Amino acid sequence: MKAKWLVLLAAAGLALGAGAAQGAPREVRIGFIAPLTGPFAQVGKDQVNGFILYLEQNKYKMGPLTVKFTAEDYEAKPALAVAKAQKLIQRDKVHVFLGGLLAPTGYALAPVADQFKRPYLSPAPAGEDQTQRKRHKYYARLSFTSGQCQHALGDWAYEQGHRRIATVGADYAFGYESVGGFQRGFEDKGGKVVAKVWPRLGTVDFGPYLPLIPRNVDAVYALMVGPMSLAFPKQFKAAGFKMALLGGTTSTDEFILPNMGDEAIGYVTTSHYSAAIDTPKNHAFVKDFQKRFGKMASYYAENSFTAALYINEALKRTGYNPDKIEVWLEELKKIRVDAIRGPVYLDSYANPVQNCYIRKVERVPGDRNNLGVKANSLWNVVIKTYPAVSQFWNYKPEDFLKHPVYDKDFPPCKFCGQ
Amino acid sequence: MSRLSSELKQVFWVIAAFGALGAVTPFFDDYTQTIITRALVFAIMAMSLDILMGYTGLRSMGHGVYFAFGAYSTAILVTKVKGVGLLTLFGAGLGLSFLVAAFLGFLAIRAVGVYFLMITLSFSMVVWGLAYRWHTVTGGDNGIAGILPPPLFGISLQNPVAFFYFTLGVFLICLGLLYLLVKSPFGKTLVGIREGEARMKMLGYNTWLHKYLAFVISGTFAGISGVLWAMLNRFIAPTDVELVTSVEALLMVALGGPATLVGPAIGAAIVMFLRYWVSTFIERWYLILGATYIITILYAREGILGKVEGLLAWRKAGREAGAAIPRVQKQPEEIRT
Repeated sequence: MKAKWLVLLAAAGLALGAGAAQGAPREVRIGFIAPLTGPFAQVGKDQVNGFILYLEQNKYKMGPLTVKFTAEDYEAKPALAVAKAQKLIQRDKVHVFLGGLLAPTGYALAPVADQFKRPYLSPAPAGEDQTQRKRHKYYARLSFTSGQCQHALGDWAYEQGHRRIATVGADYAFGYESVGGFQRGFEDKGGKVVAKVWPRLGTVDFGPYLPLIPRNVDAVYALMVGPMSLAFPKQFKAAGFKMALLGGTTSTDEFILPNMGDEAIGYVTTSHYSAAIDTPKNHAFVKDFQKRFGKMASYYAENSFTAALYINEALKRTGYNPDKIEVWLEELKKIRVDAIRGPVYLDSYANPVQNCYIRKVERVPGDRNNLGVKANSLWNVVIKTYPAVSQFWNYKPEDFLKHPVYDKDFPPCKFCGQ
Repeated sequence: MSRLSSELKQVFWVIAAFGALGAVTPFFDDYTQTIITRALVFAIMAMSLDILMGYTGLRSMGHGVYFAFGAYSTAILVTKVKGVGLLTLFGAGLGLSFLVAAFLGFLAIRAVGVYFLMITLSFSMVVWGLAYRWHTVTGGDNGIAGILPPPLFGISLQNPVAFFYFTLGVFLICLGLLYLLVKSPFGKTLVGIREGEARMKMLGYNTWLHKYLAFVISGTFAGISGVLWAMLNRFIAPTDVELVTSVEALLMVALGGPATLVGPAIGAAIVMFLRYWVSTFIERWYLILGATYIITILYAREGILGKVEGLLAWRKAGREAGAAIPRVQKQPEEIRT
């Protein structure tokens, strides 16, 4: 795969090199660090594929510049990601690098960006503090913070009439931050989170945890990741829980959804993206992605695609001079992009302000909107859109930042046991 | 006399090799420099394990433990204490890994063989769990970022070349100390225990104490590599100290050649080269690593350096005997003609 692009690029490079004029740079070099082997390999491929889709649609061109794209594998190990970032910067002389999947990689890569003064655009790692209390100059996030859309879901849950909710969240930072965001959004309105259960990351047998969920609640919020997402709704239903099931971004993302069954129907989750957003732009994206890679487009792919869009837009507005890194990076932080997911712009903390979609899992008969996706698939049908949600929800950034970052014990569970 | 001179010769070659490495490295590009530095850091870890595995015959899967304590103590001190010096970092890292090894030694040394392997394996799991779950201190799975190495006598170690020389220096000190250790009567006793513990016991050696001390020394040196690793990567997360790290150290020793000290360093260099260099060309570089291990196990059980030494000794023996053998072989030819 990689060899093929390299050959193509080399050919293109030679052809261009022959007629190269002096002066303005002819290429922009972009590096992408993704987990291409190991347990996260499939997600990593989605990430890279999203970027490649953009490049292929634009014939590896950004304006007059040829894109030299290099993907590196980091096996989902943050230390290796640091080394690969150094390789991309020092050997491939990239102008900008993207990558990482889980939050630790984001935290590991941002200091590298500052050290070498090369922008790092994060297409997935959702660690809140990276755009809050631990910011870096050469860093910008183009995805979301863990809690961002969860605030909106908390708000929505209260509006649906839920008053008492129990949470079940994967026991690690992304889980704490997501549950924290949901709890704040919900309790600010007047709801009560009455129990918080933390299954170990990677749990597939929820037997020990299900009895901890009180049965006298109106709804359960579940933040699941990977295989947990598949197992939880099944066992939840099998254990006889009848109340509404709510969930975080990864609980029913398009990466998991095709593998789920009827137990997921009615599951309400939130994200900054859904393959079921009904805009012509998204229809085209889902169709093209399905055609090129044979899969339903996930938010991982959309994030990478938007990142490419962002880079192109920033370069365009600064005269396609990728060498003037500070100039186009500043521009990138200011612009508003009409992305697949909807309008996006960065706040002054370099995190996107964007729509948050409340989505309900439904089985749609036939090929929904003729996008080429398998018939009778499950879709995250958008039931409500919260426009322009910031990572600080409806708080002022200064007020929001006075609190510690969301953790197992923050926000405190004031109503636990009631 | 001749044994001593051959040993001196070995020492000379090793010093020459590392001298050459020191002279050549600044001319490589930055990325290659960091790969060499990484290899040196892991070489310290592999050498320290060699004391236990190669010389004493105790295969440990718990070397990630001391690595973890070295790395996390450095990370926490650098990020929490302003203006902390290198001496404090090494003192804390070494002290902690010493204490931990001294404690774990009591639990582990009673066992041998696969039981020792299992006990030490459980240590690695416990420490990984600690790094992962003790959120307030270790940052959980988010890890700790921004571990900038403090200056050494006013020289900034944030420059890759400076950090390389610093690592090389620490590596050579470790190599020297460990070399003295294995050549000392204590080291010979360890080999004796490896070859026949019952016999050593009968000769009046306190084999438990010897093994225990080897365990503690080995663990303490592994702590050094942790301290260096944290400063080199400027970042530490539980994925750096998981079981894989311990297993990898074990494989580095097996690959390079147990009970050779320099062998494990070579093993470390090979693994690091594959991981950071070859992996940029071949995504499935683990296949190459796996093939390397299989070839080593099939054709060079004594490891790469062990094999090379064996071949050299065989050639030398052949050369010494060579003066006599041809004459013996010539005779029948003369008869034939």
